[in-house]
Amino acid sequence: MRNEPAPNHNGAFYQRDRSWHPPAFTPDYKTSVLRSPKHALLSLTNTLSEMTGPVFGHSMLGPLDNDLIRNFATTGDAIGPRIIVHGQVLDEDGRPVPGALVEYWQANAGGRYRHKKESYLAAIDPNFGGCGRSITDEEGRYWFRTIKPGAYPWPNGVNDWRPAHIHFSIFGHAFAQRLITQMYFEGDPMIWQCPIVMGIPSKEAVETLVAALDRAATIPMDTLAYKFDIILRGRRSTMFENRMEGN
Amino acid sequence: MVQSLNRLQESPSQTAGPYVHIGTTPNFIGINSVYPEDLGLRPCPAEAKGERIIVTGQIFDGSGSVLRDALIEIWQADADGLYPGRGEHRGAADPNFPGWFRQPVDGSTGVYRFETIKPGQVPYPDGRKMAPHITFWIVARGINVGLHTRMYFGDEPAANEADPLLGRVELKVRVPTLIAERREDNGVPCYKFDIHLQGDKETIFLDI
Repeated sequence: MRNEPAPNHNGAFYQRDRSWHPPAFTPDYKTSVLRSPKHALLSLTNTLSEMTGPVFGHSMLGPLDNDLIRNFATTGDAIGPRIIVHGQVLDEDGRPVPGALVEYWQANAGGRYRHKKESYLAAIDPNFGGCGRSITDEEGRYWFRTIKPGAYPWPNGVNDWRPAHIHFSIFGHAFAQRLITQMYFEGDPMIWQCPIVMGIPSKEAVETLVAALDRAATIPMDTLAYKFDIILRGRRSTMFENRMEGN
Repeated sequence: MVQSLNRLQESPSQTAGPYVHIGTTPNFIGINSVYPEDLGLRPCPAEAKGERIIVTGQIFDGSGSVLRDALIEIWQADADGLYPGRGEHRGAADPNFPGWFRQPVDGSTGVYRFETIKPGQVPYPDGRKMAPHITFWIVARGINVGLHTRMYFGDEPAANEADPLLGRVELKVRVPTLIAERREDNGVPCYKFDIHLQGDKETIFLDI
């Protein structure tokens, strides 16, 4: 049986603006040189294969999934600046995206990742794992508590350092909205020196990935807060679209 | 001046980086105390309807080298061509079929291997049937925006011939990059789907 959603919620997704996203080939980010397709992408009308997507229920979440200060801890809290990261997942029309799975991962306060292929000499924090996840509430909101990650060096240029960042993976309501991105921190001068960031063509687009220090959400004498909203693709109206049975 | 459209712009994509596993499959790399299991890594349940198949392959860069740090997600319809998730309005899909799987490629061989079922056909917006296919989404270090592609089945030549997407490919010599041939592996149907990011055998990637 067909369940009729509200108008504007059932159409194809707005075309992704690929001049706003980084292109595939950004040679200053060296690994992109051999991992970028040379052929043009094949444009395809959204079909059910892209307009549908998996559902993740709140029941899969453990009580500490959004608390990186505690979810790996055994002998005490993780070490470093205590922060809350919070925000809303919205679509391009500004509508909240409820029920979105948001996963995040990061290095510890010294810039060291807990990963077997990582060999940076900064110490592992025995009480910090570096992963967490949330499912957005009815208003599209998510929040988590963590340690502010440190900058870390990487073998790209001789002396390249990533700015402090947290990786985000977001599932919206459809596979067409699937997105992985990175959050940066307000005021970090290294943002503008990073080849991965600078692959994004415009300053305006980069700024949408910079979380604002949010003093209003700070817990006094406890935890600073940063606000980071995430925008997923919006959907076309279907009101004048000739839709055949079956889609 | 004109009125503002008052729209936001999608958050720009960034690479998943080499340590994508920490956030997506932590148990796979030994972070075992945070989540009970890695999301999407469990094979298709035995109760799912349909023909059980194995989809396996590797991802290659422009030098022909195998990627050993990529993450693959697949999304597909059930055996009747229904999607088990949001946006499916034609009926209820098989409750035992998750439809979505996620897997890092092997850290030394670069091989991935999904145990799933062969999907049924799904209609294109104009009502024509698309050939059975599995949607692939690939992220890795060096990939700035996740790459979408589709795997089609080599034992569905008639359906593939009529498929609206494959019909839109101008360079017909590139069509085979989306088609996996069927083999038997210990009696189980097996499809090998290698993905080439760049070069002579470059896979067709989609702007969807």
